[in-house]
Amino acid sequence: MSATRRVRVTSPRARAPRPRRTTITSEIDAQTQIGEVYMRSLMRAQLRLALLLLGVVGILLTGLPLLFTAAPALREVRLLGIPLPWLLLGVVVHPTLIVAGWLYCRQSERTERDFAELVERS
Amino acid sequence: MPSASLPERPVNPAYGLVAVALVAVATVAIGAFGLRVSRTTSDFYVASRTVSPWWNASAIGGEYLSAASFLGAAGLILAYGADMLWYPVGWTAGYLVLLLLVAAPLRRSGAYTLPDFAEARLESVAVRRVASVLVVLIGWLYLMPQFQGAGLTLRTVTGAPAWTGGLAVASVVLVSVLSGGMRSITFVQTFQYWLKLTALAVPVIFLLLVWRADGAPAPAGTELTEFRLPTTVTMQTSATIDVPRPVPVTVSGVVDDTRYGDEPVILTPGQHRVLSGSELRFPAGAAVPTVDRLQPLTRDEWLLPLGGAQEHPLYATYSLILATFLGTMGLPHVLVRFYTNPDGRAARRTTLAVLVLLGAFYLFPAVYGALGRLYTPDLLVTGRTDAVVLELPGRMVGGVAGELLGALVTAGAFAAFLSTSSGLSVSVAGVLSQDIMPRWGVHGVKAFRVATLLAVSVPYVLAVAGQGVPVANAVGLAFAVAASTFCPLLVLGIWWRRLTDAGAVAGLVLGGALSGGAVVLTIAGSSGDGWPAVLLAQPAAWTVPLAFLAMVAVSLGTRRRMAPNVARTMVRLHTPEQLDVDRGEWHPERG
Repeated sequence: MSATRRVRVTSPRARAPRPRRTTITSEIDAQTQIGEVYMRSLMRAQLRLALLLLGVVGILLTGLPLLFTAAPALREVRLLGIPLPWLLLGVVVHPTLIVAGWLYCRQSERTERDFAELVERS
Repeated sequence: MPSASLPERPVNPAYGLVAVALVAVATVAIGAFGLRVSRTTSDFYVASRTVSPWWNASAIGGEYLSAASFLGAAGLILAYGADMLWYPVGWTAGYLVLLLLVAAPLRRSGAYTLPDFAEARLESVAVRRVASVLVVLIGWLYLMPQFQGAGLTLRTVTGAPAWTGGLAVASVVLVSVLSGGMRSITFVQTFQYWLKLTALAVPVIFLLLVWRADGAPAPAGTELTEFRLPTTVTMQTSATIDVPRPVPVTVSGVVDDTRYGDEPVILTPGQHRVLSGSELRFPAGAAVPTVDRLQPLTRDEWLLPLGGAQEHPLYATYSLILATFLGTMGLPHVLVRFYTNPDGRAARRTTLAVLVLLGAFYLFPAVYGALGRLYTPDLLVTGRTDAVVLELPGRMVGGVAGELLGALVTAGAFAAFLSTSSGLSVSVAGVLSQDIMPRWGVHGVKAFRVATLLAVSVPYVLAVAGQGVPVANAVGLAFAVAASTFCPLLVLGIWWRRLTDAGAVAGLVLGGALSGGAVVLTIAGSSGDGWPAVLLAQPAAWTVPLAFLAMVAVSLGTRRRMAPNVARTMVRLHTPEQLDVDRGEWHPERG
């Protein structure tokens, strides 16, 4: 009976579940709650940016008819011989739209770059 | 300098016909050259990976700038003045809305067509079918004015009856689409954009020089529009004209059931019936009568926005803004072009470039419209205001230079009809042959041939039947239908997970029925007067919110029907391409 029974000795730490190395992309693929949180934050950031710019341009443009209704005299102001409404609607509108589009492209690309870095780093 | 007696034709018919023929030949030739580069849809897609955003944007511009942009906008500005400036603004701003809400996700969805998108997002064949029907209806509504515009152009240039021009364009489109010579080839559309821009921009330089040499006059007459020069008007159709104040005129023909042979007559204020073929010679300074279809406007009403050019101008303006801003994204031929971008980021940059190109183009219609009020007010008498772009160069510049410029704008106009109608015909025929013909038991190549024939002939017949509707108005109605159907589908589909197939169908059907009904009543001319007429002529302000409301309400009521893979679809729509994530299996060619 003097048998020295072999006993397996293990470190208590090994029994604890090993921390899995997961990436955010796999969380997104598995549609876990964490993955969903990341996706929602991306969509929300993009939508917020779009609505912000849409709001600003929308107010500027759709404000014009109201402005002309509220202050009819403005319609008769002339710059360089051209009535103000013709100048605003015929010319000034276009650079405004282009600037808004440019801002959107720049900012949305930045959002996507940040998202990609965040997701791939972890 | 303008001549006292007007030339019989503002554009030399020979030059005009040569210009038209050159555009047709160049279009087919460039298409044939492109055909060797790309044969199938996926070749087209792969080849497009090397296409830069600017090149792609020119192609989008080429396809998008239609008869309504080239002829119609200037015609409306001539007839109704400042309020109509919103059309070009809306047609450009629609691309900003598209850029902000739709461009990148739509490209990332991988859909070729709107029905593809509907099916991919909602995983429902029923939504796909409803979307298919709507694509066909909107496509037809948009094709109709293209053929009308072609008829008007050929009649202005050669005097041929209105149905021949439409037939010419319809035939060229039919032949080239059937032979595959113009299958959305980027080269052709790019060429068309730059041709259209040149054809408007070069004459403007000459027109403005002539105007300066005349002492830069403001629109004539302090109150009423007046003829600046003695002007002879030949009525090509019988019409009732409104005379604002007593007008001395020399008549050869029939006015108010009396036949005159070159006799002086004083037209009293009120309405007069003038029969087809009659010739009216107005002295300088006479007030311009207006055909009863158009509203007679004083100078201020024309020059100032909300000045009374339309009834309930504030409502009409806002409704027009809503239709054009939100309708662009729902046009069938616009979406296909987004697939030629390599990725979502390029789709955004392309859209930004489109904004630049459209902004450049839309500087010009207002100039033509305003100069038209000065130099071609007789178009208000005949009601052929859509011809102002074609008439001005010949009238103002005159001589060989004027004839050449006239030929140039004629070429640009035909480029507009050809590019837009071939793009639309391909889209409509594609949907008909994929989604509708197979259900009638017609498949494959035969289905595509029959579909193309249907895609072109139905709107052609409508165009011949509906000559009275101004070109830009008919296009405006197409925008209203697109805004009331596909705009809510795309916006909610991309940004709101809880959209269900039932909700989408409810919104599409309600929006389509309401806006479509308004269109039918307006075109049939049975919409009455006052508020009902205004609400029907500009339906977007009430049909778009109702369509959104229906989609949201029905979706909330049918939560269980949420698409099972919506989370995966959202990953596909919104994550940048360089990320290595699972985007699902869906592909349009296997769908």
